[in-house]
Amino acid sequence: MKALWRSLTVVALLGLAAALLVAVLGLPPAPVKLAGEVATNLGASGVSHPVTAVLLNFRGYDTFLEVAVLIIALLGMLAAGLPPPPPTGSRNAMLPTLARLAVPLMVLAAVYLLWAGAFRPGGAFQAAAVLAAAAVLLHLAEILAPWPRDRRGPRLAIAGGFLLFLAIAAALLANGGLLRYPPEHAGLLIVLIESGLTVSLAVNLAAFFLLRADKT
Amino acid sequence: MSAGLIYAATGCLLFVLGLGGVLLLKALLRRILAFNLMGSGAFLVLVGLAQRDGTPDPVPQAMVLTGIVVAVAATALALTLARRWHALTGREDIARVGDAGSRARRMANDRRKVGR
Repeated sequence: MKALWRSLTVVALLGLAAALLVAVLGLPPAPVKLAGEVATNLGASGVSHPVTAVLLNFRGYDTFLEVAVLIIALLGMLAAGLPPPPPTGSRNAMLPTLARLAVPLMVLAAVYLLWAGAFRPGGAFQAAAVLAAAAVLLHLAEILAPWPRDRRGPRLAIAGGFLLFLAIAAALLANGGLLRYPPEHAGLLIVLIESGLTVSLAVNLAAFFLLRADKT
Repeated sequence: MSAGLIYAATGCLLFVLGLGGVLLLKALLRRILAFNLMGSGAFLVLVGLAQRDGTPDPVPQAMVLTGIVVAVAATALALTLARRWHALTGREDIARVGDAGSRARRMANDRRKVGR
């Protein structure tokens, strides 16, 4: 009976795959060309890379809510109960050396990614991911201890980036819309938001891995 | 067939592969990974379809970037819940409906046998 259900499920999945492929391959061309719209308004966005312009200017509120989603996920984690700290003393002797060599380069790469976001692929999220990976590497090498749940620093950093974004969004409400930057200050405001977000997101992503329950 | 369409078709196959994993696999960790695979397939469809005429479109790319970060957050939350479930019950999969009831009945039967 169980094998019958499994094979029926596989047949249904194959049918779904065929239907999806037919639908995707037979799709007519898009009636609206958003790429053209972005290109014509790129001059007023404050940055010269179209993806960053969409992320932080044209669709800034998506990015704003995305930061909120990360914080909510972290709150959910805190509510569900944190995992116990991992056993210590089982580390590989090579790992701390590698971590000490790699982490400064990772921080350098993160700063470059943040700065490059204005005119080529890069930006706050990529920079934050590299920084968080550096923190996880340090943690695995037992150079960085796990964070207890009531540590003040990570909380301030995580809330700080979000509050900075919120403050700028609220200050710009007078312009008639959420996150509608005046074109002459747009570049500066975007760099300010992205710098705050890099720190805040890096700590948030690292907290997913480093927050541990207190030793009992 | 342009490169964008090949990406979109691959995304469809990844989505179905992930859906199959969610439906057929039992272990929670594998299900979470399979769910991530579904998400990656959807992202690939979005980005691939938007550039099927040869020029990349920055709007879906920005949407997908947002989606990837949200997927990371959701995965972290799902893994925490799975760990919590494992810590509370010692199980790595979700009990089927009726499992808990039948186990309680079995335990009651055992107790009755011991009583006799």
